[in-house]
Amino acid sequence: MSRTHPAAAAVFLRDSERAAWHDEALWFVRQKRDTATALPEWEALRDAGAALKAHAMGRLAELLETFETHATAAGVVVHWARDAAEHNAVVLDILRSAGATRVAKSKSMLTEECGLNPVLEASGIEVVDTDLGERIVQLAHEPPSHIVLPAIHWKKEEIGALFHRTMGTPAGESSPEALAAAARDHLRDALLHADAAITGANALVAETGGVVVCTNEGNADLGMHSAPLHIVCVGIEKIIATLDDLAVLLRILARSATGQPITAYTTHVAAPRPGARMHVVLVDNGRSARLADPEMRSALHCIRCGACLNSCPIYRRSGGHSYGYVIPGPIGAILAPAVDLKAHHDLAFASTLCGSCGDVCPVRIDIPAQLLAWRGRAAAAGALPAGYAALIRRFGAILADRRRFDRAGRWARQALRLIPSALLTGRWNPWTRASRTLPVVPRESFREWARREGRLK
Amino acid sequence: MRVALAVPCYVDLLRPQVARATLLLLERLGCEVSLEFAAPCCGQPMHNAGDFDAARAAASNWAASAQRFDVVVMPSGSCTHHVRHHLPGLVAGATATHAAQVTFELCEFLAGPLGSAKLAGRFPHRVAMHLGCHAQRGLRLGGSSELHQPPSGPMHALLGGLEGLTLVPLDRPDECCGFGGSFAIGEPDLSVAMGRDRLTDYTAHRAEVLVSSDPSCLLHLEAIASRSAPTLRTMHIAELLEEATR
Repeated sequence: MSRTHPAAAAVFLRDSERAAWHDEALWFVRQKRDTATALPEWEALRDAGAALKAHAMGRLAELLETFETHATAAGVVVHWARDAAEHNAVVLDILRSAGATRVAKSKSMLTEECGLNPVLEASGIEVVDTDLGERIVQLAHEPPSHIVLPAIHWKKEEIGALFHRTMGTPAGESSPEALAAAARDHLRDALLHADAAITGANALVAETGGVVVCTNEGNADLGMHSAPLHIVCVGIEKIIATLDDLAVLLRILARSATGQPITAYTTHVAAPRPGARMHVVLVDNGRSARLADPEMRSALHCIRCGACLNSCPIYRRSGGHSYGYVIPGPIGAILAPAVDLKAHHDLAFASTLCGSCGDVCPVRIDIPAQLLAWRGRAAAAGALPAGYAALIRRFGAILADRRRFDRAGRWARQALRLIPSALLTGRWNPWTRASRTLPVVPRESFREWARREGRLK
Repeated sequence: MRVALAVPCYVDLLRPQVARATLLLLERLGCEVSLEFAAPCCGQPMHNAGDFDAARAAASNWAASAQRFDVVVMPSGSCTHHVRHHLPGLVAGATATHAAQVTFELCEFLAGPLGSAKLAGRFPHRVAMHLGCHAQRGLRLGGSSELHQPPSGPMHALLGGLEGLTLVPLDRPDECCGFGGSFAIGEPDLSVAMGRDRLTDYTAHRAEVLVSSDPSCLLHLEAIASRSAPTLRTMHIAELLEEATR
C-alpha cells in the first residue's frame, strides 16, 4: 500500500479489459443513482441533508451527550474512544468480559478505519464479516475497495474460485444465485452461533438515543437479534438531532448509494433485548480536529453513500485499492491527508477537479474545493517531492512575467521544432509515455503574429 | 462593443489559430477587440499544482491587466473559471473582484453580453461536443447529468443554431477527458485512459468533428487521437464558428 496513486493506477490499467469492466460496473451504479434521484425535490433534499449535518456538527458535543443520556436510560452502555487504539481496547475489553470468542460483524467502515479485526484475532477472537462483499474480501485477506460495495473489484468467476477454495462450493460454480446461497449457509452459521454481534451505524439520533443501521442483506439484524451481546462501533459525526432529520437522511442515502429508494433493512435499535446487553462505542479518531478546521470541516457531513466514488472517472479507472487508504475515492482523498499529509499527499492530486463528486454529493460537500485546498497545504508543508515543487515554482516565475514568458515560449517552440521527436518522447516524458504524441508546434505565437500584423506594439 | 481578448498562455504558445479565430469571429460580430491584455497567465496551473504563492503572483498580474477593460473575453472555460472563482480568493482587493466580474468565456460572452445566442452559419457535419468540466460544473455553462439536466447552455445553443450541423448523442456527455492540468503529467496513465474513453464515445457515434470550448482538453485529446482516431477532426468552438460563419 506504499505505492503512490499514479503507480497503483498504472498497474490497475495494465489489464485494460478489466479496468473497462470496473469502470462500466460503477458507471451502472451511477446511472441507477441518476434515475433514483430524479425527483422534483432532489436539490431541496440535498439542501436539507447539508443543513441537518451542518446543524449536527455545530452542536456536536451537546447532541452526543443528549444521545448518551437517552441511550443510557434505555439500558445501553455508552463508551467514548479518543482514537483507534482506545476504540479497539474498549471493544476487546467488552468481548473479554463477556467471554466472547466468536464475533459476527456487519459492515462498518469505522472498524476498518480502526483496524479492529487484526486486534481481535490476535487475542484469539474469531471475527466473521457477515456482509457478503465484506466476507469476500475478508476471505481473500484484502481491504474493501469501496465503502458500499466492498468487493466490486471481484468478478463472479473469481468469487466462485475463492468460495470453492474456502467454502467447498463445486469447482467452476460461478452463478451469482448459487454463490449467494452458499454464502448464506456459511454466514448463517456464523450469525446464529456468534457470542457477540458488532455493527456500525448509519445514524445516531440524539433526541431518542436510538441507533439506525441500514443494510440490504439483513445481516446486521440477524447478528444483533441473535447474539447476547451487541456492540455498535460508530464515529461521532454520525450523530443527528432528530427523527425528522433521519427522514431526510434515509431518503438521500440509498438513492445516492445504490439507486434504491431505501435500503432493504432500516433498523432502529433503541434498547438492548431483554436479557441481552448493548454497548455503543463513540469514536473520535481525528474528527474533532476536523471540526476545528473550518475549511475542511464539511467532510464530516459525509454519510458514506459512495456516490462520489461511483461518479469519479479516476476511481472507476483505478480501483479502490489504488488510494492506499481505508476510504477510497474523492471523499477518501480529502479525509486521508488529515490523517497523514506526507503519506497521502498524492490523493489530493488524484483528481482532475472535474467537479462530478461535488455535484453528486447528497449533502453538498464541496469535495473539489477541499482537494484543491489540500494541494496547497501539502505544498506549504513541504510534503510534495522537492523536484516537483521546484519545477512548479520555476514555471510560476515565467508565467507571471510577460517578457520572460515570451522569451521562454520562443525557446520552447524552437526546441520542440528542432530537437528530434525521438529525443523528446522517452520514458522520462509523462506526456508521451502513455502514448500521447507531441503537440504540433506553430512557427509563431499569437502575439508574434499580432505584432507582425501591426495589431500590437 | 469594446472587448479585450485575453489569450491563455498555452494558446498563445501552442494554438495561436484558436486566438486568431476568436479575434476574427469577435470582429465579424462587430466587436472592437483590443489585444493589449498584457498578463500571460491567470495562475491556474500553479494553483492546481498546489503552489498558491506562485499562483498568486501570476493571478495578481492578470487582475492588474484586466483593470483597464470593461469586458475581457477568453477562449477557455477553464481559465475563465479560475479567474471568476479563484482570483478573488488568491488576490485581495478590488482588482481581482473587477477581473472576476468582467471576464467571460467566449460562448458565454456571445450568448450573454453580446446577445448572439444564435449565429447564422452552416457546418454540415456530425459534431461531438465536449464542454470542459470547468465550463460545465464550474461556470455552469451546460446541463449536468449529476443534476439531471439535459445538455444545454450557450455552446450547445450556438452549435444547435448552425445549419446542417448534427450534434451526435453521447453515452457520457459530461465525463471528464482526463486533462486536468498537472493531472495530465502527474497521472499520465489515467489521463490517457480517460481521454481514450472519450474518443471511443465520439467515434462510436460516428462524429466527424470534435469541438470543445477548452483548448487544453483539445490539446490532450488531439495528442491521443493522432494515433487512435486519426480521422476525427478536432476544433475549438471559435474555429468552428468562424469557419461556419464565413
